Amino acid sequence: MFRQAKWNEPLILEYPDKGFTGLSLDSYSDSTARAVGEIRIPKGVLRDTPPNIPGLPEVEVVRHYTRLSQMSYGVDNGPVPLGSCTMKYNPRIAWWVAFDERIANLHPLQDERTVQGLLEILFELQKWLANITGMDVCTLHPAAGAHGELAGVLTIRRYHEMKGRADLKREIIVPDSAHGTNPASASMAGFVTVTVPTGEDGNIDLEALRAVVGERTAGLMITNPSTLGLFEERIGDIVKLVHEYDALLYYDGANLNGILGYARPGDMGFDIAHLNLHKTFSSPHGGGGPGAGPVCVKDRVVDEDKNIRLSDLLPGYLVVYDEEKGIYRLRHPGPHSVGLIKSFFGNVVPLVWAYVYIASLGPQGLRRVSEHAVLATNYFVKLVEGVRGFEVPYGKGRFRKNEVVLSAKPLAEETGVTAMDVAKGLLDAGFYAPTVYFPLIVKEALQVEFTESEAIENIERYAERLKEISRVAYENPDEAKKWPINTSVKLIDYVKGDHPKTLAPTWRVYVRKQRGELS
Amino acid sequence: MNGMTPDYTQPWISTLNGKDVEKMLKTIGVKSVEELFADIPETYRMKLEDWLRLDIGFGRPLSEVELKRLMDEKLGKNTALRTPPFMGGGVYPHYVPPVVKYIISRGEFLTAYTPYQAEISQGLMQAIFEYQSLMAELLEMDVVNASMYDWGSALAEAVLMVSRVNKGRSKFLIPKNVNPFHKRVVEAYTRPHGIKLVEVEYDRATGEVDLEDVKNKLDGETAGVYVQYPNFFGVIESGVKEVFELAHERGALAVAGVYPVALGLLKPPGELGADIAVGEGQSLGLGMNYGGPHLGIFAVRYDMRLIRQMPGRLIGLTTTKDGSERAFSMVLQTREQHIRREKATSNICTNEALMAIAAAVFMSLLGGKGLRRLAEINYYNAHYAQMKLSEIGLNTRVFKSDFFNEFPISFNGVGVRYKEVHEGLLAKRIHGGLYIGDYYPELGETALFAFTEVHSKDDIDLLAGTLSELLRRGKGVP
Ligand SMILES: Cc1ncc(COP(=O)(O)O)c(C=O)c1O
Repeated sequence: MFRQAKWNEPLILEYPDKGFTGLSLDSYSDSTARAVGEIRIPKGVLRDTPPNIPGLPEVEVVRHYTRLSQMSYGVDNGPVPLGSCTMKYNPRIAWWVAFDERIANLHPLQDERTVQGLLEILFELQKWLANITGMDVCTLHPAAGAHGELAGVLTIRRYHEMKGRADLKREIIVPDSAHGTNPASASMAGFVTVTVPTGEDGNIDLEALRAVVGERTAGLMITNPSTLGLFEERIGDIVKLVHEYDALLYYDGANLNGILGYARPGDMGFDIAHLNLHKTFSSPHGGGGPGAGPVCVKDRVVDEDKNIRLSDLLPGYLVVYDEEKGIYRLRHPGPHSVGLIKSFFGNVVPLVWAYVYIASLGPQGLRRVSEHAVLATNYFVKLVEGVRGFEVPYGKGRFRKNEVVLSAKPLAEETGVTAMDVAKGLLDAGFYAPTVYFPLIVKEALQVEFTESEAIENIERYAERLKEISRVAYENPDEAKKWPINTSVKLIDYVKGDHPKTLAPTWRVYVRKQRGELS
Repeated sequence: MNGMTPDYTQPWISTLNGKDVEKMLKTIGVKSVEELFADIPETYRMKLEDWLRLDIGFGRPLSEVELKRLMDEKLGKNTALRTPPFMGGGVYPHYVPPVVKYIISRGEFLTAYTPYQAEISQGLMQAIFEYQSLMAELLEMDVVNASMYDWGSALAEAVLMVSRVNKGRSKFLIPKNVNPFHKRVVEAYTRPHGIKLVEVEYDRATGEVDLEDVKNKLDGETAGVYVQYPNFFGVIESGVKEVFELAHERGALAVAGVYPVALGLLKPPGELGADIAVGEGQSLGLGMNYGGPHLGIFAVRYDMRLIRQMPGRLIGLTTTKDGSERAFSMVLQTREQHIRREKATSNICTNEALMAIAAAVFMSLLGGKGLRRLAEINYYNAHYAQMKLSEIGLNTRVFKSDFFNEFPISFNGVGVRYKEVHEGLLAKRIHGGLYIGDYYPELGETALFAFTEVHSKDDIDLLAGTLSELLRRGKGVP
């Protein structure tokens, strides 16, 4: 039976100050300090007292964070079938390489000739990602999926500016199943979001799309397979329709794991695509980040006379090979480019991680990834089909790809046990929960994605637990409302956390509120 | 037979054996996995042989032993420098304690997702909350978010936030002596929103923000003012408080840019009157990583008008539903993209949480006094270097005002261009500073050199000796 570790671990700021200074660095600097003498910083900007942080022995710090880690749950602990997140195993060989000091110690502005090894890796990665997506040029600059989206929509904006009709091209179309970052990114690039509905078959409603596509359309952003896990069957028609208005097609690569090696956004006619290396390419999610969101484009001509291509508009740096000198170089963003959306190159650790993953699997392995993942999804669908209280809305009878969305609507209506309660019931059995209440078009949604990493037994156990949850919900819904009880804490009060009176996003705020300094 | 891509075994994706696959296919009711992809229109469906022909990886799976060797070979092509580079400009060579690397490599943190399910993620959430809380102490600001991508994007989001809070005001003041890379990020983010970035001059004698110019440019149209301290030249701005007071007088918001290591010695932005503080957490135990992952710091004063417009995730303190114990949850999510969509305060989703934990471990390890000490060491080493380098005849006081751990060195009139100096150093496997003449043509042949706790006295002496030799050669002295 599952029981999560529980330590009554105080905050580090609640530990008594033992006066230690942690690192021993002094021997290095005694002589320089003597030579320099006084610190001459003007009084008005010199800090009066050191930061209010206790000084602890190293062992206490290690124990503290080790205990915290034990009250945490990742792929290393068990299945994390969060839909849309592609929580696969994060191979340790990639950790070994990506965390290497020969990468950690490189300054982003270092002379290119001193970082040839790394640039070679990044150059090859650019090329591989271009081939994997069927695109021409990839920039490794963006730090996450949403950051890639921003790079993409800013590029779309630049494209229309260069064509002299930025004032007209004001709208970005997204389906109603889209991830929240899509419309949010569109807004950040100054566009208006237009939403199109999804049909019963799980495809975008083509008639509705026809009704909104027009002269004002700057671009369309879609995820394919969609967040319902369904391949957009009429993608050809959609691409044609959107291109008729010289709008660009943006591919949100969050679900690439479902078609890796079987279909490529470039072949489907997309102009711009981002990938989430922290999803499809095994870089770990780190409890929220870092990620890496490379953006790839078809290098279509933007201005024939000036020989400007879409890749010239991309933000960030490109690694190029200088044939003449025989070295790798960085191509800095040029005059037509969006510029920089991050201070320096990109998130290199996840990039190298992805490189190791791709090199290790080879094309054979990458295709196996989607085969396993899709097999896992559809096997799971069969196991849970017919479980009382759950249904699989949209695209009846269609095979899913990387993920499937269940609806607990009947369960909620008949027993009062909601998708969130179901999620807590899964936690209680030692599994992480699926993504809940997303996509928004499914009521009481549970979005499940096993990836290629889960053994058949884990999928079966997960399905068994769902059955068990259903049984409890119908027999004794009150019990289901008490979940979880095996996690390090029981059900949490979210309202209190959010209430302006009790809101405490830092310990400082909490203490100041206690003292009556803040209200 | 079962349609699976043949000839393949790799431990990470060999979770299903042949028997499993048979069972699954049978349950699903298909003969071959390929049938599961049949709804992809044929024109777009990739044939196995076409896929295998593509230049992806090395054309075949590599074994782990092969792979490690290959990567060692590749990384071996990076130049092994004799000392850490004498280079800053927003990213600095600092010591990364093994404790930090160890903690962030623990699978429970490393392989977790954003803590959507709080009850099973309390340790992770406490660690992020501790980052927010420790950073709040360092900054003396009340509210710190769970991280942005980096300093540049944090600053850009701050400018966007300022224009939302001060709706209707179109100008934002940004001094010329802030990091030019950050400025480029701000330009890219703000361009679609019609925000007018107004450049403020710096005083050519001191290197500090020109207070008179701030006064001249601040008006009723100004939404906010930014000051970076130490500024891009490494110079400690002594008038931050004055600038912020001026901003407040005109109803503009005050945004501070900080280098956390320097805050061991410098007054925190909260004390100087900042409404928003941004910065780069890379110096707190992260490694430079050739540009990322880094850690964008984003903090605001406790004011609901500001807090509600913040970008990014926030972990807050709460209790269990029965009120019996302390707990952590994600708070004020209604600002975020997954709920507010196109009206969200930002599109950020994946952030730099693991880097935030690294910074938390680092700050816990050093404690307040250790952070002070670290700042002092940086100060001493850089000032020692300044003395040594001026002894060999270099102009190391381009600006009068005191600096923290980096300063510009002028190579004007020494008889050699900085490019040649750089080549000369590199020939000895020493990496000099950052040439800034392109960003500041008025400074001519000038390079920014940084010194931290990882540079020993011997390193600095080596640099001085080598530079001295190069200068002599430049003057024609053998
Ligand atoms: C469909 C989809 N699009 C975009 C994103 C955003 O990616 P990221 O979190 O890396 O910014 C996500 C994941 O969170 C996603 O699931």
